[in-house]
Parts: sequence; C-alpha cells; structure tokens
Amino acid sequence: MRRTSSLASPSAPMRTMVLWCPDWPITAALRGLAAGGPAVGGLATGTSGAGTGHDPVAVDVPLALIEAGQVFACSASARSEGVRRGHRVREAQARCPGLRVLDYDRALDIRAFEPVLDAIEETMPGAQVVRPGTCAVRARGPARYYGGEEEAALWLLDALDALGIHGSRVGIADGPFTAEHAARTPQRQRIRIVPEGGSSEFLAGMPVGLLGEHALATLLRRLGIRTLGDFARLQPQDVEARFGDAGARVHALARGLDSRPVVPRVVPEELDSVVGFEPPLDRIDQVTFGFRASADRFIDQLVQARLVCTSIRIEVDSESGELSERTWLHPRSFTAADVVDRVRWQLQGSGSIAGNPFGSGLSSAITRVRVVPESVDAIGNHEQGLWGTGHDERIHHGLSRVQSMLGHGAVVTAAIGGGRTLLDRQNLVAWGDPTELATTERARPDALPWPGQLPTPSPGTVFEALRPAMVIDAAGVAIDLDLRGVLSGTPARFSTDGRTLRPVAAWAGPWTNDERWWDADTFRRASRFQVVDDAGAAWLLVLDSHLWWAEARYD
Amino acid sequence: MSVAIDIFECMFEYEGMASAAAILDDSPTRATVDELQARIRSMQTTTLDTRTIPTHPAIARLLPGGGLKEGATYSVDNSATLLMALLAGPSAAGSWCGVIGVPEFGVEAAQHFGIDLERLVLVPHPGEHWLGVTAAIADVISVVVTRPPKRASDSSVARLSARLRQRGATLIVLGPWPQSEAMLSLSDSRWSGIGQGNGHLSARQATVTVSSRMGRPQSARLWLPDPHEQFREVDRFAQPEPGSPRQGSSFPEPAHLHEAAG
Repeated sequence: MRRTSSLASPSAPMRTMVLWCPDWPITAALRGLAAGGPAVGGLATGTSGAGTGHDPVAVDVPLALIEAGQVFACSASARSEGVRRGHRVREAQARCPGLRVLDYDRALDIRAFEPVLDAIEETMPGAQVVRPGTCAVRARGPARYYGGEEEAALWLLDALDALGIHGSRVGIADGPFTAEHAARTPQRQRIRIVPEGGSSEFLAGMPVGLLGEHALATLLRRLGIRTLGDFARLQPQDVEARFGDAGARVHALARGLDSRPVVPRVVPEELDSVVGFEPPLDRIDQVTFGFRASADRFIDQLVQARLVCTSIRIEVDSESGELSERTWLHPRSFTAADVVDRVRWQLQGSGSIAGNPFGSGLSSAITRVRVVPESVDAIGNHEQGLWGTGHDERIHHGLSRVQSMLGHGAVVTAAIGGGRTLLDRQNLVAWGDPTELATTERARPDALPWPGQLPTPSPGTVFEALRPAMVIDAAGVAIDLDLRGVLSGTPARFSTDGRTLRPVAAWAGPWTNDERWWDADTFRRASRFQVVDDAGAAWLLVLDSHLWWAEARYD
Repeated sequence: MSVAIDIFECMFEYEGMASAAAILDDSPTRATVDELQARIRSMQTTTLDTRTIPTHPAIARLLPGGGLKEGATYSVDNSATLLMALLAGPSAAGSWCGVIGVPEFGVEAAQHFGIDLERLVLVPHPGEHWLGVTAAIADVISVVVTRPPKRASDSSVARLSARLRQRGATLIVLGPWPQSEAMLSLSDSRWSGIGQGNGHLSARQATVTVSSRMGRPQSARLWLPDPHEQFREVDRFAQPEPGSPRQGSSFPEPAHLHEAAG
C-alpha cells in the first residue's frame, strides 16, 4: 500500500491482467491422480470401484472434492449431471451415480499451482497469487513488451496450454477486481479486455453479490439496489456515512476504482542445508561435528532472510539405504547449536545405534544429512524484549542442556487432561514440544464430565505402573467381586509390597468403571477401593479381573 | 589476705550461677529459655545469605528461620503431600519447580494443592546422571526436588551445596541427606470421611515434625489436606472432626507385621 501511494495517487487504478483457471481444485486433483500415488490424500468413498489412483484418469470423469461432508468443487461433467457446490455427498452421489469422490486437499491445490506460477513468471514477471488457480499480473509492462495487451494475454495462455492446462481465461481491466470478473465473464473468447476507464460500465450490470460482502449485499438488495451499477450511482459520501470504511471500499470497487496494487510474490529462497559425507561416517560425534559448520550457515541464511525457524525437519540417509526423517519443534527459535543437538538426538534415537544407547557408534554409516525449515516466522516476532523475558530464556537453556544429556523426552512438563485412570489424566509433554500436540494426540478435554472420576483430594503418589497387591478378609481368603459388584467379604488385611500384611483400619468402595464396553478388545472393567491402614497410610487399590493392584498412594 | 577473699568471692559467684541454673532447670520458664536460645541459634545461620523464599504459612512457622531458605537443602521423609505443601508456596509466588527422579509424582494432586503446572518441570528418570541433572536444573530453577537413588559421596554433596548457595536455589531431597538444614517428617495420620465400606477419603490431620541441627524439633498438627484441599493448622479448640476412622489399636496384630507408615 505504502509503495503505491508514493508512486501514484491511490485513486488511480492500475491496469491489471488476471489469469483464471476454472475449477482449479479439480484440475489439481486430476493432475495429482495422473501423477499417481500419494499426491492425493486418502480416497474417500469411491463409488466407481476401479480407481486406485495409479491409473490415468480421463479428464471428463465426474469428480467431486469434499470438504466437511459437502461438495467443495466438482468437475464439468459432474456439474452437467446436476452436482453443485455445497451439496451433501449422498445427494451428489444420488444425482450422479458414477461420481468419484475425493477429499479436498488445500495443500495440493497450492502445490499444483506452483509450476503454473513458474511458467507465468517466465513469460512475464511479478505475479501475485490471488488464490490457487487465480493470479494477477501488472499489465503495463507485458503489454509494452509484447506489443499490446491482447498479444500479452495470448502469450500467457500459450504458456499455460504448453503445461497442459486448458480452458484458462484472461481478463484485463483497471484493478484486479474488475479484471477478475472480466476473466470470469461467460463468453467464447478466452480473453476479455475492458478498456481503460470502462470498468464502471462493464460492472454496471453485475449483481451486488459479487462484492464478497454477504451482509452488505443482502442489505443492498433489500434496499432495492440489485446491481453494481445501482450501487455505484450512490454518492460516495452517503455510502461512507451509512456503511463506514468497509462500505466505502466496496463502493470504490463497484465504481471501477479498484486501487489495490498488484504485489508480486517474492520467490522463496532455498533455505535447506545438506551435507554429504564421503566416505560415510559411522560415529555420531563425527556426523555432528561435520554438520556443525553447515548448521551455522543454515541459521545465517535464515537470519539474512530476516526469519527465524520454529520447526525443522531433519532427514538422515544411511549407507544401507534407510532414511530417517523427523520434525523437531522449538518453543522459541532454533540456534545453530540447537540444530546440531537435534541432529545428534535423531541419530541417537533413530535406533541405528548398535548395542548400548549411550554409545556413539552407528549400525550403518551416514551418507547425508539434510535440514529443512518447516515453519519460519519473522525475526521481529522473536526478538527478546529489553526486560522480562530473560528468566525464561535462561530456564530454557538449562533444560535444553539436560535434554542434551538425557535425550529429548527426558525433561517433561505436565498438563491435566481428561481420562478415568490417574495415569490417563496426566499428560507429560517433552520440553519444547507444544502442548497442543498432546491435546490432539492423546489428551481429552478435562472439562467434560468423566464418570468414575476420583473424589478429591487426589493422591500425591501415582505409580507409573500398577503394583501387585493383595486384600484378604478376616479368615485369610482373598476378596473378590462378583458380577453384580458384591464383595465376597469384608477387607481385613492387605498387602501392597508382597511381604507384609497390614490391617485395614477403614475402607471404601467398590467404585466400578466400565471402560470401552462397546469394544471387546479394549474393554476394561475395574473397581477401585480406598484403604487406610492402622498407621494412617491410605492407598488406592484396583480390583481388575480378580487381581488386586495398587494404583496410587495418599501419603 | 585480699587475694584469698577474691578467690572466695569468685567461688561464691560461680556457686551462685550454678544454683541459679539449677533453679531454672525445674521452673516452667526453662522451656521459654530454650526456645529463645533456639531462636538465637537459628539466627546465627551457617550461610551468609539467609534470604527466605515464600513458604506456605502452615509450614513456615515450623522451619528454622521461618521459611525455606535460598541455597539450603531440606529433606522430606517420603510424603508426597508434605513435599507438595513445601512446593506450593514458592510456586504460587511465581517460582519454577523442578522434580527429578520422582516418576510417581502425582501431577493432579500438585495442581489441586496450588502448584502451577506451567512452571513445573519433571525429569522422571535421570538414571545415573541424577546428580549432574540436579545441579544443571538448580542452575536455572529456584526450587528443585530430587530423590537420590543411592548415597552420594561427600565431595559431590559439598560441590552441589556450594552450587546451590551460589545460585540461590533451594533443594528438597526425598530421603536422608547429610547436610540438610531441616528434616521434615509426617506421623500420626488420621483420615476423615472414610468408614467401613462407606464414604471416601476427604481430609487428613497429621503431625509434621521438623528437626533441624539447631534447637529442638518443632512439630504441629496440620490438615494435610483439609476437606477443601488446603493446608492449614488444626484449630485446637475446634470440634473433633466427625466420622474419624477407627485406629489400629482395635487390630491386635503381631508386631513383625507392622511397617512404618509410608
């Protein structure tokens, strides 16, 4: 924004060329299928049983992409059968029985557009991706170079046709808004040029729904303003007074005064760091030492790009052809030493160590180490404040040191989640890993009611693994529970260490938990008891299929 | 002559002092004197820096110096609740706590007793490196709990103590420790709320005894915890709690089957 205001007055729209590939998600999915294999995420309910993804798919196969149970995009042949965006899967399949259904994968969309973007940038520089399948280019330069706007557009279409993407369209107009709608005009010609200053005329007949502001469009329709032309005829001051800044902005769009500039994308740099070892190295310290200089370079590159890295992927190739790959996260940002640490941990933890876990020998020599930044952030967001953040930084360094002594998972922080057993409820997360990871993988929300939850106070000692225990009645017979939950006797004595029997001074229970009764394999029924001995030590005991265990101790 | 008189006078004074002490010995003020002497001794600490860190008031009263000290070591006799009562004060005041070598540390209880899990770091299995890990963590975290798997050598204990003093960290050891400032133990637990097959554990009264190198052992009857999961002193004049369990005296058992309370 600031750049254009220095170049031209903000009200003067820029001649813009917009390229639109219709049904891009479908094109991307088809190209992914044609490429075969894992490019397309899991096939959902495929109805045409033949497709496995490896066979080349004809372009006219009826195809629908599903997001959240609804059709997100559908191919032209599916559309001709009556499938529409927003249909439920069942409805779409009922209308078109031969419909092939895939999950919509946004990443695939973007990935598939990348080569297209490269081809465009070879033809004319400075493309801005509006969304995958649509991009905007400043029209003035190419028009002068190719000798006319239409000529430039033809070159662009030729470049796409060379990639095998047919049916794409180009619109040229003042500003990206008008140009995009010019490209989307239904007509035989693939190029639509709106002459300079003719935008408001071109837009006049279009419905107000195109503005993209749903609430505003509804209101305008109720006010009797149905086309952009009607809307454009209102006085700008009135619109601003009634609808505020957002209203004024879309009013400018409707009048063909789209002042948004085209901001060319910055071509991402290659920030990976690869080190090959020749001859291959078979000791961890050799590998980490060999990688040290490269780690410095890796971080330097990031700093020069004014980025910090919060997650990296490390790939290690070994001589025997194994590839170990792991993503490491960092609570703040990686330094060179951190990267080297992660490489070492991965080598230690990858199971490629022969024999003892503290040894430094590898079972198979390492030929190549590659570090890829997975997620980066602007360096400004990670700069330390002058005051206040020093303490945490120090703690992080100290704990990282312990992690480098014992391994990544040895230092943990805890959070309480949902669950029935005490061990289920405590989620231990390795220091540095985000706690969100735990909530998605294992933890269930604590806020839900958990039937069978223990009454407070919670026991201070929760054994890592249940300990065998024994409870007998006064006659010395082991206590058991029948199917109706009735105890076979009154607990008189118990033992938790297998050696000494202690008298039961007080007890309570049983509290029975039926877990996963719907699944025969993981079904578990356990009854809990609280038992206090004569010395005042209280235990939480579990009776699980006729066996007694000690789960926790109140001490 | 005068010399002889001087000697006699001295002897009489000495005698007088001794008899005064003998009188004091029997009087009830003896306890007060002892207490005052203990206070004087506890003020003359072995360390230069005697700053205390925020401690739970129920326990602070018993500790020498009136709270947990920076750079000092305390040992706790195998009671997780007592340990959490010690951690609750510093954690609530914003300190970080580290727990090393205690895999069975009940995190949920810790949270309920007022320990902030955001500032709690656990190293459940330090293995052979427990001393190194303890030292490394004491560098950055102000309250560190550790459980030695075996007796540490005197030299390493001295090195660790020096490091703690330098960093101003407080170490709490589960089990005995040669140079501890005070040893906290728990005895005579009485649970309430639980009966014979009915109710559930809801609160406990226990006697906490703090024995230090200086002065007499201090002890007090505390709620660990009370029915609202708080730690506080038992009000001596309050009604005895209802539904207290029958105690072991009603179970005549051979002595060899008994074991010390855990």
